[in-house]
Amino acid sequence: MSGPSIYEPKTGFEKWLDTRLPIIRFGADLMDFPTPKNLNYWWTFGGILAVCLVVQIVTGIVLAMHYVATTQGAFASVERIMRDVDFGWLIRNIHANGASMFFLAVYIHMFRGLYYGSYKAPREVIWILGVVIYLLMMATAFMGYVLPWGQMSFHGSAVITNLIGAIPLVGDTVKTYLMGGPAIGDPTLNRFFSLHYLLPFVIAGIVVLHIWALHVPGNNNPTGVSVKDVKKDTLPFHPYYTVKDGFAILLFLLVFAYFVFFAPNALGHADNSIEANPLVTPAHIVPEWYLLPFYAILRAITFDVGPIEAKLLGVFAMFGSILILFVVPWLDTSKVRSMRYRPMAQQFFVLFVLAAVGLGFCGANDPDKLVFKWSDGLIVNYVDTNGAAKVSPKYAEYADATAFQASLPASAGASIAIQEDGFKWLWLSQILGAYYFLYFIVILPVLGIVEKPKVRPPSIADSVRGKKHGGSPASASPVGGAAPVAAE
Amino acid sequence: MRFAKLALAGLSATALAAFGISALAQQPTAPAAAEQPASPADAQPAPTDTPSTAIPAPAAEVAPAQPTVAPPAADASGGHGGEAAAGGEAHSAGGHELLEPAGGWPHDGYFGTFDQNQLQRGFKVYSESCSVCHGMKLLSFRNLGEQGGPFYDPRYPNPNDNPVVKQIAATFTNQIPTIDPDSGDMVMMPAKTSDRILGPFANDIAARAGNGGALPPDLSVITKARHGGAAYVYSLLNGYVTPPEGLTVAPGQHYNAYFPGDTSASWAGDPRHKPPGGFLAMAWPLEFAEVTFDDGTASTQEQMAHDVAVFLAWAGDPKAVARKQMGAAVIPYLLILALLVFLSYKRLWRNVEH
Repeated sequence: MSGPSIYEPKTGFEKWLDTRLPIIRFGADLMDFPTPKNLNYWWTFGGILAVCLVVQIVTGIVLAMHYVATTQGAFASVERIMRDVDFGWLIRNIHANGASMFFLAVYIHMFRGLYYGSYKAPREVIWILGVVIYLLMMATAFMGYVLPWGQMSFHGSAVITNLIGAIPLVGDTVKTYLMGGPAIGDPTLNRFFSLHYLLPFVIAGIVVLHIWALHVPGNNNPTGVSVKDVKKDTLPFHPYYTVKDGFAILLFLLVFAYFVFFAPNALGHADNSIEANPLVTPAHIVPEWYLLPFYAILRAITFDVGPIEAKLLGVFAMFGSILILFVVPWLDTSKVRSMRYRPMAQQFFVLFVLAAVGLGFCGANDPDKLVFKWSDGLIVNYVDTNGAAKVSPKYAEYADATAFQASLPASAGASIAIQEDGFKWLWLSQILGAYYFLYFIVILPVLGIVEKPKVRPPSIADSVRGKKHGGSPASASPVGGAAPVAAE
Repeated sequence: MRFAKLALAGLSATALAAFGISALAQQPTAPAAAEQPASPADAQPAPTDTPSTAIPAPAAEVAPAQPTVAPPAADASGGHGGEAAAGGEAHSAGGHELLEPAGGWPHDGYFGTFDQNQLQRGFKVYSESCSVCHGMKLLSFRNLGEQGGPFYDPRYPNPNDNPVVKQIAATFTNQIPTIDPDSGDMVMMPAKTSDRILGPFANDIAARAGNGGALPPDLSVITKARHGGAAYVYSLLNGYVTPPEGLTVAPGQHYNAYFPGDTSASWAGDPRHKPPGGFLAMAWPLEFAEVTFDDGTASTQEQMAHDVAVFLAWAGDPKAVARKQMGAAVIPYLLILALLVFLSYKRLWRNVEH
């Protein structure tokens, strides 16, 4: 979509450089890049994410100057940064909360892509590169969470490395290389630190490819209609979108600053302020909030399917829930990009967002606990004369339960326990997890065939005609209900 | 170009605004600072000047069996309340609401600060009671004299020069293991301001051996490491209530209504109505504590629990006040800048249909 370069070297030096290394032309072309004029605020998260990456790298480099990557010194060194390093508390709070902010922004960015069909031709490669970035972000964030060497750090890393060990054939080898030995210890911490420092630069490299791939077909836009006329449909990126993105970035920084200055521990877990102790396992091991939906999917699989055991199936489901994103461009069969013109898809999309958020809540809660309960009674566990474990019927009254207990011989070893009936978090995560996969595997392919899309505007310029800034969404369909535009 | 000028003007305006706000948000002068002694010679540091001539307060005076704060009723109604929030933790331990002192926690909230007198009292409770078992190894004595700390004195910007801090370090009960430069033997030496605030035990094994198998946790970040923070410490210290009838307390264990645990195994009765809380090895540390506060505050168990909880909240996050003060400047700065950029955006786009 990018037109011919309009940069003209003015000074002698610029002319000289332009024939040798046209880097000024490169920057000027980026700034002049024709961008659809109808992008809404959901499109500002690309710029926000770039800011997040830079913030994480800069604060991370400073933290690495003070951090001690040993099991003996890691916890104390992080606290020392918070106490004794000049503005160390600020840098560390920015880095720790910055990870959460990064994921918050990336999730909005991804949902935007899913809603407006930004993954569809000719933007498949942009989407795939984005999923690669997201995967690398998750790996980086996981390893970063291990570095402070708190209880959740240690036991969380134990859970994840065990998952990798469950992969058939290669799992054990990968796990051993990852841990650097038979158990999590100094070698693990050292390689996690090394990789945690390396991966952000890999991310930065792929971000360059992501932006490069974006600059070939150009931005998608809320109508999903391709740019027809660069003059009528687009604006130069600078200053129009630099100022709009700048405003959005500042709003985002306000939220960021709130967490950094007034609630720095709100997104963390108290157990991570206890130094790691391999001998004491926390009551509930939970990852950081941004990984909770996948944790819920992992734990939702409690049944074997054929020869595959539940644990391995859970691992497959968890990795599958991310890997499926790679093929979304080919699962969605609809010719229409934007769900603005897809009334059915819109509704399924809202359910998908709710399911993803709901899975996060499932991941935070013990699967065996109840979302809500409808009754609680008492049961008596005992051993009958044949030595088989038995459970009594349910009693509402304590007196009835004790009466039954008293009727049993002492050798039965009867004990009274609470039996609660209700809706388990496990069941909710199974329902929502099933919907997550159904959305991609069934709903998206089928909808493209059965859904009748609404009429789309013939061009971006037509879609905004008569609209001023911030106006209500005016009727965009052309008069007379023209046939849907064939070529987007 | 007009747009650029507007942005430039905006930047300078916000810089001015931020300067003004940060000036307003300066930390108030420490109230107790003026009362601090001027030179080491006449230093009568707060925690060590227990009047030696006065007759010590009789222990019986501070030995009520029950804390003054009402404990929670032994009822299961709160015991099953699951934490529904993802990530966020309910302000509870063992399933019921934590206690809160009258007036709440002054260090909470957007502009919360610590009362230096209260921090000093809290440190005195720590040094005379808690430090018998617990260390605070992430803190050095010099931290006590840093800005915002219990013994900060503006005359000593370097807390290592602060005579009160020096005296506290030198007279602290738990000494520092050091290698004697003459003999090479391991000896115990009085602490210096740069030394860590250690517990009495040489290592975790010794600590367990001396406490019936239980390990007294380090208290440096205890308020960050427990749900509820200072409120948890306060509730725990006020939670040593008489065990309800039907609850068997094993020897060497103590019932606490706020300790996160499970009483069901020791409860004879309907398990749905088991008492809240749990059992821990630590006896009520304030039951026989004799701490005389230098500012004349009556050292009731409730007051000691309150003060030490506040001190531990400071110790767990000593930069909290500085952090919130910077936030009070950063947030308005961002707000003003965002407004100016928004106006630039509106102006620039005014003739664009979009």
